[in-house]
Amino acid sequence: MADKIQGPLIYRQSGWTRLTHWIWAVCLFFLMLSGLQIFNAFPSLHIGNESGFDYDNAILAIGAREGDGENPTGFTRLFGYEFDTTGVLGVSGPEQSVQAFPASLTLPSNRSLATGRVIHFFFAWVLVGTLTVWAVASLLNGHLRALIPTLSDLRQLPRDVADHARLRLHHTRDYGVLQKLAYASVLFVALPLMILTGLSMSPGFNAIAPWLLDLFGGRQTARTIHFLMMVGLIGFFVVHMVMILAAGPINELRSILTGWYRIDPEKTGTDDV
Amino acid sequence: MYNRRGLLLGAAALGLSGCKVLDGANEKGSALRGAFESVSNLTYRAQRMMAGNRLAPEYTEADVRQGQRPNGSIDPDGEEYLALSEGGFTGYNLTVTGLVERPLSVSLGQLKAMPSRTQITRHDCVEGWSCIAKWTGVPLSAVLNEAKPKLTARFAVFHCYDVLERSLSGEVKYYESIDLIDAYHPQTILAYGLNGADLPVANGAPLRLRVERQLGYKMAKYVHTIELVDSFAGYGLGKGSYWADRGYEWYAGI
Repeated sequence: MADKIQGPLIYRQSGWTRLTHWIWAVCLFFLMLSGLQIFNAFPSLHIGNESGFDYDNAILAIGAREGDGENPTGFTRLFGYEFDTTGVLGVSGPEQSVQAFPASLTLPSNRSLATGRVIHFFFAWVLVGTLTVWAVASLLNGHLRALIPTLSDLRQLPRDVADHARLRLHHTRDYGVLQKLAYASVLFVALPLMILTGLSMSPGFNAIAPWLLDLFGGRQTARTIHFLMMVGLIGFFVVHMVMILAAGPINELRSILTGWYRIDPEKTGTDDV
Repeated sequence: MYNRRGLLLGAAALGLSGCKVLDGANEKGSALRGAFESVSNLTYRAQRMMAGNRLAPEYTEADVRQGQRPNGSIDPDGEEYLALSEGGFTGYNLTVTGLVERPLSVSLGQLKAMPSRTQITRHDCVEGWSCIAKWTGVPLSAVLNEAKPKLTARFAVFHCYDVLERSLSGEVKYYESIDLIDAYHPQTILAYGLNGADLPVANGAPLRLRVERQLGYKMAKYVHTIELVDSFAGYGLGKGSYWADRGYEWYAGI
Protein backbone atom coordinates (compact mmCIF):
# COMPACT_ATOMS: atom_id res chain seq x y z
CA MET A 1 0.00 0.00 0.00
CA ALA A 2 2.82 2.31 0.91
CA ASP A 3 4.32 1.89 -2.54
CA LYS A 4 1.24 3.33 -4.19
CA ILE A 5 1.54 6.76 -2.59
CA GLN A 6 2.56 8.96 -5.50
CA GLY A 7 2.32 12.50 -4.17
CA PRO A 8 5.02 14.85 -2.87
CA LEU A 9 6.98 14.58 0.38
CA ILE A 10 5.81 17.18 2.85
CA TYR A 11 7.20 18.23 6.22
CA ARG A 12 4.38 17.09 8.47
CA GLN A 13 5.65 16.58 12.05
CA SER A 14 7.66 19.21 13.89
CA GLY A 15 10.66 18.30 15.99
CA TRP A 16 8.63 18.96 19.16
CA THR A 17 5.96 16.52 18.09
CA ARG A 18 8.45 13.80 17.15
CA LEU A 19 10.63 14.14 20.25
CA THR A 20 7.75 14.22 22.73
CA HIS A 21 6.02 11.33 20.94
CA TRP A 22 8.99 9.04 21.48
CA ILE A 23 9.66 10.13 25.04
CA TRP A 24 6.11 9.38 26.14
CA ALA A 25 6.03 6.16 24.15
CA VAL A 26 8.98 5.00 26.27
CA CYS A 27 7.38 6.41 29.44
CA LEU A 28 4.06 4.65 28.86
CA PHE A 29 5.81 1.35 28.19
CA PHE A 30 7.69 1.48 31.51
CA LEU A 31 4.71 2.95 33.39
CA MET A 32 2.51 0.07 32.30
CA LEU A 33 4.95 -2.66 33.36
CA SER A 34 5.89 -1.03 36.66
CA GLY A 35 2.20 -0.33 37.25
CA LEU A 36 1.42 -4.04 36.93
CA GLN A 37 4.12 -4.70 39.54
CA ILE A 38 2.39 -2.24 41.88
CA PHE A 39 -1.02 -3.80 41.14
CA ASN A 40 0.37 -7.22 42.08
CA ALA A 41 0.91 -6.01 45.66
CA PHE A 42 -2.88 -5.81 46.07
CA PRO A 43 -4.46 -7.48 43.04
CA SER A 44 -8.05 -6.34 43.27
CA LEU A 45 -10.00 -3.28 42.18
CA HIS A 46 -12.69 -1.66 44.32
CA ILE A 47 -15.38 1.02 44.14
CA GLY A 48 -15.50 3.77 46.76
CA ASN A 49 -13.00 5.26 49.17
CA GLU A 50 -11.83 2.08 50.84
CA SER A 51 -11.23 -1.55 49.95
CA GLY A 52 -13.83 -3.82 51.49
CA PHE A 53 -12.37 -6.56 53.68
CA ASP A 54 -15.44 -7.17 55.86
CA TYR A 55 -17.74 -6.52 52.90
CA ASP A 56 -17.36 -6.87 49.14
CA ASN A 57 -16.92 -3.83 46.92
CA ALA A 58 -14.50 -5.39 44.45
CA ILE A 59 -15.19 -5.46 40.72
CA LEU A 60 -12.03 -7.38 39.85
CA ALA A 61 -9.87 -9.71 41.88
CA ILE A 62 -7.00 -11.92 40.79
CA GLY A 63 -5.73 -14.64 43.10
CA ALA A 64 -4.62 -18.20 43.65
CA ARG A 65 -5.80 -21.08 45.76
CA GLU A 66 -4.84 -24.69 46.43
CA GLY A 67 -5.59 -26.81 43.38
CA ASP A 68 -6.58 -30.46 43.09
CA GLY A 69 -3.02 -31.59 42.47
CA GLU A 70 0.24 -30.23 43.82
CA ASN A 71 0.01 -26.94 42.00
CA PRO A 72 -2.13 -23.96 42.96
CA THR A 73 -4.72 -22.70 40.51
CA GLY A 74 -5.08 -19.08 39.47
CA PHE A 75 -8.42 -17.36 39.25
CA THR A 76 -9.78 -14.05 38.04
CA ARG A 77 -13.09 -12.78 39.36
CA LEU A 78 -14.81 -10.07 37.34
CA PHE A 79 -18.13 -8.67 38.60
CA GLY A 80 -18.66 -11.85 40.60
CA TYR A 81 -17.97 -14.19 37.68
CA GLU A 82 -14.95 -16.36 38.27
CA PHE A 83 -12.62 -17.71 35.58
CA ASP A 84 -9.76 -20.19 35.85
CA THR A 85 -6.74 -18.27 34.60
CA THR A 86 -3.97 -20.63 35.73
CA GLY A 87 -0.83 -20.06 33.67
CA VAL A 88 -1.61 -16.41 32.92
CA LEU A 89 -3.21 -14.61 35.87
CA GLY A 90 -2.91 -15.70 39.49
CA VAL A 91 -0.43 -18.48 38.84
CA SER A 92 2.13 -18.27 36.02
CA GLY A 93 5.64 -19.00 34.83
CA PRO A 94 7.80 -22.12 34.82
CA GLU A 95 7.84 -22.15 38.63
CA GLN A 96 4.06 -21.73 39.00
CA SER A 97 4.63 -18.42 40.77
CA VAL A 98 1.69 -17.17 42.75
CA GLN A 99 1.27 -13.60 41.51
CA ALA A 100 -1.51 -11.73 39.72
CA PHE A 101 0.26 -10.57 36.54
CA PRO A 102 3.11 -12.80 35.33
CA ALA A 103 6.76 -11.84 35.83
CA SER A 104 7.11 -11.32 32.06
CA LEU A 105 4.75 -8.34 32.36
CA THR A 106 6.19 -6.64 35.44
CA LEU A 107 9.08 -4.30 36.06
CA PRO A 108 11.29 -5.36 37.66
CA SER A 109 10.80 -9.02 36.73
CA ASN A 110 11.11 -10.12 40.38
CA ARG A 111 8.54 -9.24 43.04
CA SER A 112 9.54 -5.80 44.32
CA LEU A 113 6.88 -3.22 45.12
CA ALA A 114 9.58 -0.77 46.24
CA THR A 115 11.48 -0.92 42.94
CA GLY A 116 8.25 -0.89 40.92
CA ARG A 117 7.18 2.31 42.68
CA VAL A 118 10.56 4.00 42.19
CA ILE A 119 10.43 3.23 38.44
CA HIS A 120 6.75 4.24 38.15
CA PHE A 121 7.15 7.64 39.78
CA PHE A 122 10.28 8.43 37.77
CA PHE A 123 8.51 7.87 34.45
CA ALA A 124 5.37 9.58 35.75
CA TRP A 125 7.38 12.76 36.31
CA VAL A 126 9.02 12.46 32.88
CA LEU A 127 5.58 11.97 31.29
CA VAL A 128 4.13 15.02 33.02
CA GLY A 129 7.17 17.11 32.03
CA THR A 130 7.01 15.92 28.42
CA LEU A 131 3.28 16.54 28.12
CA THR A 132 3.77 20.05 29.45
CA VAL A 133 6.52 20.76 26.92
CA TRP A 134 4.34 19.26 24.17
CA ALA A 135 1.29 21.30 25.17
CA VAL A 136 3.22 24.59 25.18
CA ALA A 137 5.05 23.85 21.91
CA SER A 138 1.87 22.62 20.23
CA LEU A 139 -0.09 25.64 21.34
CA LEU A 140 2.57 27.90 19.83
CA ASN A 141 3.13 26.00 16.56
CA GLY A 142 -0.53 25.26 15.87
CA HIS A 143 -0.31 21.48 16.29
CA LEU A 144 -2.87 21.63 19.10
CA ARG A 145 -5.46 23.10 16.74
CA ALA A 146 -4.64 20.42 14.16
CA LEU A 147 -5.88 17.77 16.62
CA ILE A 148 -9.27 19.30 17.31
CA PRO A 149 -11.94 18.11 14.87
CA THR A 150 -13.78 20.92 13.07
CA LEU A 151 -17.44 20.91 12.14
CA SER A 152 -16.65 19.94 8.56
CA ASP A 153 -14.43 17.16 9.92
CA LEU A 154 -17.37 15.78 11.85
CA ARG A 155 -19.49 15.78 8.71
CA GLN A 156 -16.84 13.51 7.15
CA LEU A 157 -17.04 11.11 10.08
CA PRO A 158 -19.38 8.43 8.61
CA ARG A 159 -17.33 8.29 5.44
CA ASP A 160 -14.03 8.17 7.35
CA VAL A 161 -15.38 5.30 9.46
CA ALA A 162 -16.42 3.42 6.32
CA ASP A 163 -13.02 4.01 4.69
CA HIS A 164 -11.16 2.81 7.79
CA ALA A 165 -13.35 -0.26 7.98
CA ARG A 166 -12.19 -1.17 4.47
CA LEU A 167 -8.63 -0.06 5.32
CA ARG A 168 -8.78 2.55 2.58
CA LEU A 169 -6.54 5.05 4.30
CA HIS A 170 -5.82 8.48 2.90
CA HIS A 171 -2.47 10.24 3.10
CA THR A 172 -3.17 13.92 3.43
CA ARG A 173 -1.55 17.03 4.85
CA ASP A 174 -3.96 17.18 7.76
CA TYR A 175 -5.12 14.40 10.03
CA GLY A 176 -8.41 12.68 9.14
CA VAL A 177 -11.29 13.04 11.56
CA LEU A 178 -10.90 9.59 13.15
CA GLN A 179 -7.21 10.26 13.57
CA LYS A 180 -7.97 13.57 15.25
CA LEU A 181 -10.51 11.96 17.55
CA ALA A 182 -8.14 9.14 18.47
CA TYR A 183 -5.15 11.39 19.19
CA ALA A 184 -7.27 14.02 20.95
CA SER A 185 -8.88 11.43 23.20
CA VAL A 186 -5.47 10.10 24.21
CA LEU A 187 -3.83 13.49 24.70
CA PHE A 188 -6.73 15.49 26.13
CA VAL A 189 -8.66 12.78 27.94
CA ALA A 190 -6.79 9.52 28.65
CA LEU A 191 -3.39 10.90 29.68
CA PRO A 192 -4.79 13.74 31.85
CA LEU A 193 -7.15 11.20 33.48
CA MET A 194 -4.23 8.87 34.04
CA ILE A 195 -2.26 11.63 35.78
CA LEU A 196 -5.22 12.88 37.85
CA THR A 197 -6.37 9.43 38.99
CA GLY A 198 -2.75 8.64 39.79
CA LEU A 199 -2.49 11.78 41.91
CA SER A 200 -5.80 10.92 43.59
CA MET A 201 -4.12 7.85 45.05
CA SER A 202 -1.53 10.08 46.77
CA PRO A 203 -2.50 10.90 50.37
CA GLY A 204 -0.33 14.02 50.13
CA PHE A 205 -2.15 15.18 47.02
CA ASN A 206 -5.52 14.40 48.62
CA ALA A 207 -4.78 17.20 51.10
CA ILE A 208 -3.91 19.54 48.22
CA ALA A 209 -6.96 18.73 46.06
CA PRO A 210 -9.60 16.81 48.04
CA TRP A 211 -12.20 17.66 45.35
CA LEU A 212 -10.41 15.33 42.94
CA LEU A 213 -11.27 12.40 45.20
CA ASP A 214 -14.92 13.46 45.14
CA LEU A 215 -14.78 13.87 41.36
CA PHE A 216 -13.57 10.31 40.86
CA GLY A 217 -15.78 8.84 43.59
CA GLY A 218 -13.12 7.94 46.13
CA ARG A 219 -9.55 6.71 46.25
CA GLN A 220 -10.26 3.10 45.35
CA THR A 221 -12.50 4.12 42.45
CA ALA A 222 -9.68 6.38 41.23
CA ARG A 223 -7.37 3.36 41.40
CA THR A 224 -9.90 1.35 39.37
CA ILE A 225 -10.19 4.12 36.74
CA HIS A 226 -6.38 4.33 36.59
CA PHE A 227 -6.29 0.61 35.76
CA LEU A 228 -9.10 0.81 33.19
CA MET A 229 -7.44 3.77 31.42
CA MET A 230 -4.28 1.65 31.19
CA VAL A 231 -6.32 -1.05 29.43
CA GLY A 232 -7.77 1.65 27.16
CA LEU A 233 -4.32 2.94 26.28
CA ILE A 234 -3.21 -0.58 25.34
CA GLY A 235 -6.27 -0.72 23.07
CA PHE A 236 -5.21 2.55 21.47
CA PHE A 237 -1.68 1.21 21.00
CA VAL A 238 -2.94 -1.91 19.19
CA VAL A 239 -5.14 0.11 16.82
CA HIS A 240 -2.28 2.61 16.33
CA MET A 241 0.05 -0.23 15.22
CA VAL A 242 -2.56 -1.78 12.91
CA MET A 243 -3.20 1.59 11.27
CA ILE A 244 0.52 2.19 10.75
CA LEU A 245 0.89 -1.18 9.07
CA ALA A 246 -2.20 -0.58 6.94
CA ALA A 247 -1.23 2.96 5.94
CA GLY A 248 2.35 2.03 4.97
CA PRO A 249 4.74 1.59 7.85
CA ILE A 250 7.78 3.09 6.14
CA ASN A 251 6.05 6.34 5.27
CA GLU A 252 4.43 6.55 8.68
CA LEU A 253 7.67 5.81 10.54
CA ARG A 254 9.60 8.28 8.41
CA SER A 255 7.18 11.00 9.34
CA ILE A 256 7.41 10.38 13.09
CA LEU A 257 11.21 10.00 12.91
CA THR A 258 12.18 12.71 10.41
CA GLY A 259 8.98 14.70 9.97
CA TRP A 260 8.77 13.99 6.21
CA TYR A 261 5.61 12.31 4.96
CA ARG A 262 4.57 11.35 1.45
CA ILE A 263 1.00 12.28 0.68
CA ASP A 264 -1.40 11.20 -2.01
CA PRO A 265 -1.46 13.40 -5.14
CA GLU A 266 -3.59 16.37 -4.21
CA LYS A 267 -6.68 17.18 -6.23
CA THR A 268 -8.27 20.55 -6.14
CA GLY A 269 -9.60 21.48 -2.77
CA THR A 270 -10.42 18.00 -1.49
CA ASP A 271 -8.71 15.07 0.09
CA ASP A 272 -11.03 12.68 -1.66
CA VAL A 273 -8.48 10.46 -3.38
CA MET B 1 15.16 1.81 5.82
CA TYR B 2 16.82 -1.32 7.19
CA ASN B 3 17.91 0.51 10.32
CA ARG B 4 14.43 1.73 11.01
CA ARG B 5 13.07 -1.77 10.66
CA GLY B 6 15.83 -2.90 12.97
CA LEU B 7 14.75 -0.27 15.43
CA LEU B 8 11.19 -1.50 15.26
CA LEU B 9 12.22 -5.12 15.71
CA GLY B 10 14.46 -4.10 18.59
CA ALA B 11 11.57 -2.30 20.23
CA ALA B 12 9.37 -5.37 19.77
CA ALA B 13 12.05 -7.61 21.28
CA LEU B 14 12.38 -5.20 24.19
CA GLY B 15 8.65 -5.53 24.68
CA LEU B 16 8.70 -9.30 24.72
CA SER B 17 11.51 -9.68 27.21
CA GLY B 18 10.50 -6.30 28.70
CA CYS B 19 10.89 -7.09 31.97
CA LYS B 20 14.45 -7.68 32.75
CA VAL B 21 15.61 -4.41 31.20
CA LEU B 22 15.31 -2.45 34.42
CA ASP B 23 16.19 -5.23 36.87
CA GLY B 24 19.39 -3.27 37.58
CA ALA B 25 17.16 -0.83 39.45
CA ASN B 26 16.71 -3.42 42.18
CA GLU B 27 20.25 -2.83 43.33
CA LYS B 28 20.41 -0.26 46.07
CA GLY B 29 23.12 2.32 45.54
CA SER B 30 23.33 1.65 41.79
CA ALA B 31 23.39 4.61 39.42
CA LEU B 32 20.16 3.46 37.76
CA ARG B 33 18.26 3.25 41.03
CA GLY B 34 19.78 6.56 42.12
CA ALA B 35 18.46 8.21 38.96
CA PHE B 36 14.97 6.81 39.50
CA GLU B 37 14.98 7.68 43.20
CA SER B 38 15.97 11.28 42.53
CA VAL B 39 12.35 12.20 41.70
CA SER B 40 11.24 11.30 45.21
CA ASN B 41 12.82 14.51 46.45
CA LEU B 42 10.99 16.37 43.67
CA THR B 43 7.68 14.84 44.81
CA TYR B 44 8.48 15.81 48.41
CA ARG B 45 9.28 19.42 47.53
CA ALA B 46 6.34 19.79 45.16
CA GLN B 47 3.85 18.42 47.69
CA ARG B 48 5.30 20.49 50.53
CA MET B 49 5.09 23.61 48.37
CA MET B 50 1.47 22.97 47.34
CA ALA B 51 0.09 21.43 50.51
CA GLY B 52 1.24 23.87 53.16
CA ASN B 53 -0.64 22.90 56.29
CA ARG B 54 -3.77 21.66 54.49
CA LEU B 55 -5.67 18.80 56.07
CA ALA B 56 -6.16 15.28 54.81
CA PRO B 57 -9.82 14.51 54.02
CA GLU B 58 -11.88 13.46 57.03
CA TYR B 59 -14.91 11.19 56.87
CA THR B 60 -18.09 10.60 58.88
CA GLU B 61 -19.12 7.85 61.33
CA ALA B 62 -21.19 6.31 58.51
CA ASP B 63 -18.00 5.79 56.49
CA VAL B 64 -16.53 3.49 59.15
CA ARG B 65 -17.85 0.22 57.71
CA GLN B 66 -15.25 -2.28 58.89
CA GLY B 67 -12.49 -2.78 61.45
CA GLN B 68 -9.09 -1.24 60.79
CA ARG B 69 -7.12 -3.86 58.89
CA PRO B 70 -3.89 -4.65 60.79
CA ASN B 71 -0.72 -5.06 58.74
CA GLY B 72 3.02 -5.50 59.33
CA SER B 73 3.77 -6.39 62.96
CA ILE B 74 0.56 -7.39 64.68
CA ASP B 75 1.81 -9.21 67.77
CA PRO B 76 5.20 -8.02 69.12
CA ASP B 77 6.95 -10.72 71.12
CA GLY B 78 9.80 -8.83 72.80
CA GLU B 79 10.03 -9.47 76.56
CA GLU B 80 9.72 -5.82 77.49
CA TYR B 81 6.63 -5.41 75.34
CA LEU B 82 4.98 -8.60 76.58
CA ALA B 83 5.49 -7.47 80.20
CA LEU B 84 3.85 -4.13 79.41
CA SER B 85 0.89 -5.63 77.57
CA GLU B 86 0.25 -8.16 80.35
CA GLY B 87 0.05 -5.24 82.76
CA GLY B 88 -2.48 -3.46 80.57
CA PHE B 89 0.23 -0.91 79.62
CA THR B 90 -0.01 0.73 83.06
CA GLY B 91 3.77 0.62 83.22
CA TYR B 92 4.16 2.27 79.82
CA ASN B 93 6.06 5.52 79.43
CA LEU B 94 6.67 7.55 76.31
CA THR B 95 10.15 9.04 76.22
CA VAL B 96 10.85 12.26 74.33
CA THR B 97 14.54 12.88 73.93
CA GLY B 98 17.27 14.16 71.61
CA LEU B 99 17.42 17.78 70.55
CA VAL B 100 14.92 19.07 73.11
CA GLU B 101 15.27 21.55 75.97
CA ARG B 102 13.20 19.40 78.32
CA PRO B 103 13.43 15.61 77.86
CA LEU B 104 10.17 13.94 78.90
CA SER B 105 8.92 10.65 80.22
CA VAL B 106 5.12 10.56 80.09
CA SER B 107 2.78 7.79 81.21
CA LEU B 108 -0.18 6.63 79.15
CA GLY B 109 -2.50 8.16 81.77
CA GLN B 110 -0.78 11.52 81.45
CA LEU B 111 -1.06 11.37 77.65
CA LYS B 112 -4.77 10.59 77.89
CA ALA B 113 -5.22 13.52 80.26
CA MET B 114 -3.90 15.95 77.66
CA PRO B 115 -6.30 17.60 75.18
CA SER B 116 -7.19 14.97 72.58
CA ARG B 117 -8.15 14.95 68.95
CA THR B 118 -10.49 12.46 67.27
CA GLN B 119 -10.48 12.13 63.49
CA ILE B 120 -12.05 9.77 60.99
CA THR B 121 -9.48 9.28 58.28
CA ARG B 122 -8.50 6.95 55.50
CA HIS B 123 -5.47 4.74 55.98
CA ASP B 124 -3.70 4.03 52.66
CA CYS B 125 -1.30 1.12 52.58
CA VAL B 126 1.63 1.20 50.16
CA GLU B 127 0.26 -2.08 48.82
CA GLY B 128 -2.75 -0.23 47.45
CA TRP B 129 -5.63 -0.81 49.86
CA SER B 130 -7.48 1.76 51.95
CA CYS B 131 -9.45 1.54 55.18
CA ILE B 132 -11.41 4.22 57.03
CA ALA B 133 -11.30 4.36 60.84
CA LYS B 134 -11.77 6.71 63.79
CA TRP B 135 -8.57 7.56 65.62
CA THR B 136 -8.24 9.28 69.00
CA GLY B 137 -5.00 10.58 70.43
CA VAL B 138 -2.94 13.48 71.59
CA PRO B 139 -1.62 15.87 68.94
CA LEU B 140 2.11 15.31 68.56
CA SER B 141 2.55 19.10 68.54
CA ALA B 142 1.27 19.27 72.15
CA VAL B 143 3.82 16.71 73.30
CA LEU B 144 6.61 18.44 71.38
CA ASN B 145 5.64 21.82 72.87
CA GLU B 146 6.15 20.32 76.34
CA ALA B 147 9.58 19.07 75.35
CA LYS B 148 10.59 22.30 73.54
CA PRO B 149 12.61 21.17 70.51
CA LYS B 150 15.88 22.99 69.96
CA LEU B 151 16.28 25.10 66.84
CA THR B 152 18.65 22.54 65.35
CA ALA B 153 15.99 19.79 65.38
CA ARG B 154 14.81 18.83 61.88
CA PHE B 155 13.22 15.39 62.19
CA ALA B 156 11.32 13.35 64.74
CA VAL B 157 12.47 9.72 64.88
CA PHE B 158 10.04 7.15 66.33
CA HIS B 159 11.54 4.10 68.03
CA CYS B 160 9.27 1.08 68.38
CA TYR B 161 8.99 -2.13 70.38
CA ASP B 162 8.35 -4.47 67.45
CA VAL B 163 11.29 -6.58 66.26
CA LEU B 164 11.18 -7.34 62.53
CA GLU B 165 14.38 -9.28 62.10
CA ARG B 166 16.57 -11.30 64.42
CA SER B 167 20.05 -12.43 63.45
CA LEU B 168 23.51 -13.01 64.89
CA SER B 169 24.21 -9.31 64.53
CA GLY B 170 21.24 -8.48 66.71
CA GLU B 171 17.65 -7.37 66.46
CA VAL B 172 16.24 -4.99 63.88
CA LYS B 173 13.42 -2.97 65.37
CA TYR B 174 10.90 -0.85 63.53
CA TYR B 175 11.63 2.84 63.35
CA GLU B 176 10.33 5.76 61.34
CA SER B 177 10.97 9.47 60.95
CA ILE B 178 9.06 12.51 59.73
CA ASP B 179 9.99 16.14 59.21
CA LEU B 180 8.83 18.79 61.66
CA ILE B 181 6.22 20.09 59.20
CA ASP B 182 4.35 16.80 59.50
CA ALA B 183 5.25 16.52 63.19
CA TYR B 184 3.43 19.81 63.90
CA HIS B 185 0.57 19.17 61.45
CA PRO B 186 -2.78 19.37 63.30
CA GLN B 187 -3.82 15.85 62.21
CA THR B 188 -0.56 14.25 63.32
CA ILE B 189 -1.50 12.50 66.56
CA LEU B 190 -0.16 9.85 68.89
CA ALA B 191 -3.20 7.59 68.85
CA TYR B 192 -4.30 5.50 71.82
CA GLY B 193 -7.89 4.93 70.66
CA LEU B 194 -9.40 3.24 67.61
CA ASN B 195 -13.09 3.28 66.66
CA GLY B 196 -14.13 4.33 70.16
CA ALA B 197 -12.12 1.70 72.07
CA ASP B 198 -8.56 1.35 73.33
CA LEU B 199 -6.06 0.81 70.53
CA PRO B 200 -5.74 -2.99 70.06
CA VAL B 201 -2.35 -4.69 70.06
CA ALA B 202 -2.71 -5.61 66.37
CA ASN B 203 -3.02 -1.90 65.51
CA GLY B 204 -0.10 -0.68 67.63
CA ALA B 205 -1.06 -0.53 71.31
CA PRO B 206 -0.52 1.35 73.44
CA LEU B 207 0.56 4.24 71.22
CA ARG B 208 0.96 4.64 67.47
CA LEU B 209 1.60 7.54 65.15
CA ARG B 210 -0.95 8.89 62.66
CA VAL B 211 0.52 10.97 59.79
CA GLU B 212 -2.55 11.40 57.63
CA ARG B 213 -0.89 12.83 54.52
CA GLN B 214 1.43 9.86 54.07
CA LEU B 215 1.14 6.10 53.52
CA GLY B 216 0.62 3.55 56.29
CA TYR B 217 4.22 2.49 56.79
CA LYS B 218 5.09 5.98 58.07
CA MET B 219 2.63 5.56 60.95
CA ALA B 220 4.84 3.69 63.38
CA LYS B 221 3.10 1.34 65.83
CA TYR B 222 4.22 0.36 69.37
CA VAL B 223 6.12 3.67 69.78
CA HIS B 224 8.19 3.97 72.98
CA THR B 225 10.55 6.85 72.22
CA ILE B 226 10.45 9.99 70.11
CA GLU B 227 13.88 11.40 69.41
CA LEU B 228 14.42 14.78 67.80
CA VAL B 229 17.45 14.85 65.53
CA ASP B 230 19.10 17.02 62.90
CA SER B 231 19.92 13.98 60.75
CA PHE B 232 18.75 10.36 60.74
CA ALA B 233 21.94 9.12 59.05
CA GLY B 234 23.07 7.26 62.17
CA TYR B 235 19.96 5.09 62.56
CA GLY B 236 19.33 1.72 60.95
CA LEU B 237 20.84 1.75 57.47
CA GLY B 238 20.67 5.54 57.37
CA LYS B 239 17.57 6.15 55.25
CA GLY B 240 15.34 7.26 58.11
CA SER B 241 12.98 4.31 58.40
CA TYR B 242 12.80 0.52 58.49
CA TRP B 243 11.11 0.45 55.09
CA ALA B 244 13.22 3.25 53.59
CA ASP B 245 16.26 1.14 54.50
CA ARG B 246 14.62 -1.58 52.38
CA GLY B 247 14.10 0.50 49.25
CA TYR B 248 10.83 2.34 49.89
CA GLU B 249 10.74 6.13 49.72
CA TRP B 250 11.37 8.05 52.94
CA TYR B 251 8.68 10.52 51.86
CA ALA B 252 5.53 8.49 51.39
CA GLY B 253 3.09 11.21 50.40
CA ILE B 254 2.47 9.31 47.16
